[in-house]
Amino acid sequence: MNLEFSEDQKFIQKNAREYLTEHSTLEVCRRVLESDEPYAQDVWKGVAEMGWLGTAVPEEYGGTGLGHLELVLIAQEVGRALAPIPFSSSVYLATEALLQFGSDEQKKQWLPGLCSGERIGTFAAIEKLGDPELDEVDASFAGGKLSGEKVPVIDGDVANLAVILAKDGDGHSLVLVDLAGSGVGRAPLESFDPSRSQARLTFDGADAEVLGEAGKGLVQAEALLDRAAVMMGFEQIGGAERALDVTREYTMGRYAFGRPIASFQALKHRMADMYAKNQIALSNGYYAAWALSTGNEELALAACNVRVAASDAFVLAAEEMIQMHGGVGYTWEFDCHLFYRRAKLLGLALGSASAWREKLIRRLESTHAGAAA
Amino acid sequence: MNFEDTPEEAEFRARCRAWLEKNAKLRDANSPSNPLGERETDEVIAQAKAWQAKKFDEGWACLTWPKEFGGQGLGRMEAVIWGQEEAKFETPPNVYQIGHGMLGPTIMAHGTQEQKDKYVRDMARGQEIWCQLFSEPAAGSDLAGLRTTAVRDGDDWIINGQKIWSTGAHFCDWGMIVTRTDPDAPKHKGLTYFIVDMRSEGVEARPIKQISGASGFNEVFFTDVRVPDSNRLGGVGEGWQVALTTLMNERVAIGAGGAGGGFGRLMALAKRSRRNGKPALEDSAVRQQLADFYVTSKGLQYTGYRTLTAILRGDTPGPEGAIGKAVGAPMMQQMASFAQDLQGSAGGLLSEGVEGGDSTWQDLYLGSPGMRIAGGTDEVLRNIIAERVLGLPPEIRVDKGKSFRDIPTGPQDD
Repeated sequence: MNLEFSEDQKFIQKNAREYLTEHSTLEVCRRVLESDEPYAQDVWKGVAEMGWLGTAVPEEYGGTGLGHLELVLIAQEVGRALAPIPFSSSVYLATEALLQFGSDEQKKQWLPGLCSGERIGTFAAIEKLGDPELDEVDASFAGGKLSGEKVPVIDGDVANLAVILAKDGDGHSLVLVDLAGSGVGRAPLESFDPSRSQARLTFDGADAEVLGEAGKGLVQAEALLDRAAVMMGFEQIGGAERALDVTREYTMGRYAFGRPIASFQALKHRMADMYAKNQIALSNGYYAAWALSTGNEELALAACNVRVAASDAFVLAAEEMIQMHGGVGYTWEFDCHLFYRRAKLLGLALGSASAWREKLIRRLESTHAGAAA
Repeated sequence: MNFEDTPEEAEFRARCRAWLEKNAKLRDANSPSNPLGERETDEVIAQAKAWQAKKFDEGWACLTWPKEFGGQGLGRMEAVIWGQEEAKFETPPNVYQIGHGMLGPTIMAHGTQEQKDKYVRDMARGQEIWCQLFSEPAAGSDLAGLRTTAVRDGDDWIINGQKIWSTGAHFCDWGMIVTRTDPDAPKHKGLTYFIVDMRSEGVEARPIKQISGASGFNEVFFTDVRVPDSNRLGGVGEGWQVALTTLMNERVAIGAGGAGGGFGRLMALAKRSRRNGKPALEDSAVRQQLADFYVTSKGLQYTGYRTLTAILRGDTPGPEGAIGKAVGAPMMQQMASFAQDLQGSAGGLLSEGVEGGDSTWQDLYLGSPGMRIAGGTDEVLRNIIAERVLGLPPEIRVDKGKSFRDIPTGPQDD
C-alpha cells in the first residue's frame, strides 16, 4: 500500500511552487485579465524553460522524460498560481493526444515545438450549447480536408496546432490541424475568465491529417478527456487550496466585534468544509494519478471521480472566498473574482461536472463496478 | 504509488484467507454488514467470545499488540489485510472495538507493569469485555466538564456520579472511567482515570432505548463504588492526558472504517424502484445524486489509503483524520434518506411489505443520527479541523483558568 508521491516528485512540486510564486503572481493574472494580452508570454516562456511542458514526453521528442505523476503535481501548482497560460490546452490535451495516438513521425514533427513552448496546442470537440455527446459533432473530415466549426475553444486564439474531433465517413476521427494554414478562421470570444482566452475556430477545407486510427475518433477523444480530467483536476485542486489559504489569511487579519472573524464558528466550520472538500478531491486525484501513470483500467472511474470532486471543490472554495471577504470580496480591486472566474471556467472546460456525473454512472452500469463497490 | 501486495503481504493474505476459510463461512458481498451495538443478546455475546478465543488461541487476535500482551507483534499493514479478509466472512459482531481499539492501547501507554500484566493479555483473549465511561449527561462535547467524583479513602477511591452513552456497558465486565478528583483545580487539571470492575457493588447499567428502538448504549450510575488505588491509570490529576490517548485511538478506529459499502446496494435499489414510468436509475436526478455519493465515498476510501500510507511510514495520524467521520457520517444519513425516497411509499415501511423493498436503509436512517454524534460530533470535528489543521483561532473559553467549582453549569440568575 502506497498512496503517496515520492520525495523526488514532491521536490519537483516544491520547485514549481517556488518558481510560480515568484514569476506568476496574481498581479500577472490580473494584468492578462485587464489587458488585450491573451496569455502571459513571460510566464509561458519561463515554464517552457523549466521543462514542464514536456514533463510526460520522452526525451527523444524533446521532453524531460519524467511522467504523469510529476506532471499532475506541476499542474496543481499552475492551478495554485492561477497562471494565465495555455497550459491545460497545450499540455493535457494537445501534447497528450500526440503522445497517446501520434505516429512516430507526427510525434517527431510536433512534440519538440510543443515542449519548447514555440507551439501552443489545443483540442476541440464541442460545437453546440450544453454537454452534447461526442458523436453530435458536425465538423467533417474527408480527403485530407477539414470543414466545420468549433466553439468555444479555450486558447483557440493563440494556439497554432489543434486536435479536432470530426466526422470521417461513417465514423469519427481525431485530426491534426496546423492553425497557421489556409482555410482556418479564428475569432476571439469574450471569456468569462479573461485571464484564459477563448475563440471560435472555423475550417473551410483546411489541411488536416488523421491522428491515431481513422474511425476511432470517439474512443480516442473519450480516452483523451479522461486523461486530461486527471491533470485538470489537480489544477483545480491547486486553485481551491489557494482560495482557502487566502481566505484563511484574510479572516485571521480582519477584526469585527473585537475579534478576528476567523474565530467565529460560522466561518471556521465552513473553512473546515472547504478543507474537507479539497481533501476528498485530492484523494480522488491521487488515485486517478496512479491509474493514469500505470495505465490501469481504474482510470475510467477515477477520472470521473476527480473531475467531479475537483470541480465542486474549486467552485465552492471560490464562492466561499468572496462571501467570507465580505463587501471587499465583491470589488474588482480584490483578487477573489480571479478565483471565482477561473473556478467556473475550469469546471466547464472539459464538460460540466454534471456531465461527468452522468458519465460516471454510465460507466458504473456497464462495468458492474457499482454492484461491487 | 502502488496498491499491489508485496510478496510478503500476498503470502500473509493467503494465510489469513486459508485460516478463515477453515473456520468461517464466506459472507454474501451484497448483504448489509452486521450493525454494531444493536443485537447483543447473551447468545450473540457467547458467539463473539468463542470466535475471539479461537482467534487468540490460533494467533489471529490483536495482531499489532506485542506478543507479551497476547498480540502477534505484527505491523499495521498485516492488521489491515486481516481486517479486509475477515470482513468477507460471516463473523459475530465485534464487541471488542472499544477494548481492543482504544482501551488496550491506553493501558499499554499509561499503565504500570503490574496493570499491563494483569489486564492486557486477558483483554486480547476477550473472555471479558470492556467499555468506556467518559461522557456524562452534562459533559458530552465538553468532556472535561465531567462531574463524576472520586474521593480518596485509604487505599481506595470512592466513585459517585453518572456516565452515559457507554456502548455495551450492560454486558461488560470492565470499564475505564474518567473522574473528577479535584474540583478546585481548572477543569482539565482535576481529573483522574481508573479501571473499574463493572460487577462492583454500586454500579448499575441501564440500557438507553434509542430512536431506532435498539439499546446499544447505557447510562451507568455509580453509587459509592469502591475502586482500589492500584486501578488508577496514570497520576492523580493526569486523567485528561490519559483520556486523550483513548480518544486519539477512537478516531483512528472510526476513521479506518470509512464510508464502506452500501453504494452497490443503493444502485441496485435504484434499478428496482420506479420513477417517471421507468426504473429510477434512468432518472437524471437519481443518477446525479448517486454519482455524488460514489465520488465522496471513493474520496474517503482513498483518504484512508493516504492515512494508512503515512502510518506505514511511521507517521502518527494527525487531526486531518477527522474528515473521515466529518464527511462519512452525514453522508450515510443522506444515503439512507435518499434510499428511502427511492422506495417511494414503501420507504415508509420498517419491514419489506413491497417486493424489492430494502428496509435496511430505513434502519440506517434511524441509526445514522447517532453516527454524527458519537465519538465527536460533526461540530466538534469541524472545530478540530479548523483549529488544529487550519490553525484558526480557538473558541473563546469563558471557563479558562477558573477552578471547576466556579464554572457556570446552567442559566445564572443575576
